[in-house]
Amino acid sequence: MGLTNPAAGNAEDEVTTVSAVSPNWVTTRLDFLTNWARSNSLWPMPFGTACCAIEFMATAASRFDLARFGMERMSFSPRQADVLICAGRLPFKLAPVIRRIWDQMPQPKWAISMGACASTGGIFDNYSMVQGIDTIIPVDVYVPGCPPRPEGLMYGILLLQKKIKGETIADDTLRDEKLVGPSGLFLPPHRVDELSEPFGNSVQQTRSS
Amino acid sequence: MSSISPSVAALRSQFGAAIERHLISSAQTIVYVSRDRLHDVLAWLKDSPGQDFNYLTDVTAVDYRDPERPLEVVYQLRSLGRRADLRIKVALDKRAPLEVRTVYDLWRGADWLEREVFDMFGVSFTGHPDLRRILMWETYAEGYPLRKDFPLRGHFSRAEQTRQALAANPEAHYSLEELSMAEAYGELPQDMQERLARGERGFLK
Ligand code: SF4
Repeated sequence: MGLTNPAAGNAEDEVTTVSAVSPNWVTTRLDFLTNWARSNSLWPMPFGTACCAIEFMATAASRFDLARFGMERMSFSPRQADVLICAGRLPFKLAPVIRRIWDQMPQPKWAISMGACASTGGIFDNYSMVQGIDTIIPVDVYVPGCPPRPEGLMYGILLLQKKIKGETIADDTLRDEKLVGPSGLFLPPHRVDELSEPFGNSVQQTRSS
Repeated sequence: MSSISPSVAALRSQFGAAIERHLISSAQTIVYVSRDRLHDVLAWLKDSPGQDFNYLTDVTAVDYRDPERPLEVVYQLRSLGRRADLRIKVALDKRAPLEVRTVYDLWRGADWLEREVFDMFGVSFTGHPDLRRILMWETYAEGYPLRKDFPLRGHFSRAEQTRQALAANPEAHYSLEELSMAEAYGELPQDMQERLARGERGFLK
């Protein structure tokens, strides 16, 4: 095979074959190895609530084939899932459900918010709809679109993989659980108001006092 | 052109002044009935031969933008045998408590339909066996969302809405009991009874 052994440096221009050292090891950084393994075997917890879920199913099916990115195993049990994909609008009535599922997922875990509704409430700027799931759970990647095309979701997944590859296991703050605090929210109330603010020519939403 | 449903003449001769008025809209005959006789009228329409409105398609309500105008509760009836439709409306004065007698005893399907009207418009159906919210969660405190005086985004701030939503405990309300499986057990087919009796939830204990 003729790989250069980096440990040997260029002291004597010595070429070592891998098999001459050992048939079964390579040196690498632990972070690289962990991130490589994590990012290429993301098991999604599909949380499909609306029309976006149809596009998510298309992404997982043969034509677009999510398996190419190591995600063929849909994990309908949150305990075995790595990435929660919220595909579709989230009514307030489902808020405790998605929060419970997120809390049940073990670390390391990530979340993708798929589509305009999951990310911002979309066209459903009304009394019954969560204005962005980031007011309920922390989100890593937002995929825009109504619905996003499968390519869009895949781009989001690739962005998530890129993000994971930049993480380091030395930084355990990345793995902090962001729990619902005594205020009943995981963010300060004014942040939730801010995230939920209507845009465009909509009128003001009532603010927390 | 569609013509008026023959049920109207029959209703007028049967109930006289309790039939307030009728009109035709989009090929649909609409009959306004006084609230006091509403249950009698619906029972009569369901059971008397020649009417046979044996299927309650929908119960809903309409709140008009004009605050003076009464809120209307709408009953959409169908006779499956005669293939005929009839729409019955009752007007409720908004200054008085919004109350109307349940039709659950006539059509079992009215159960969830009336709960929905209660949830969205705040009409209470007296005599309903289980009048709770059905679409919004049961501790929802902002009011009745389809009323015209209800702001589109609700009364509370988003943070407060989110907090209240997260505080709800969905498991407390949605179970086999919610679907009344335990009560309906005797009416289920034999094989399903056996499967449920073995079931892990053990609700028969
Ligand atoms: S973003 Fe569009 S496609 Fe996705 S759930 Fe909302 S309305 Fe449906």
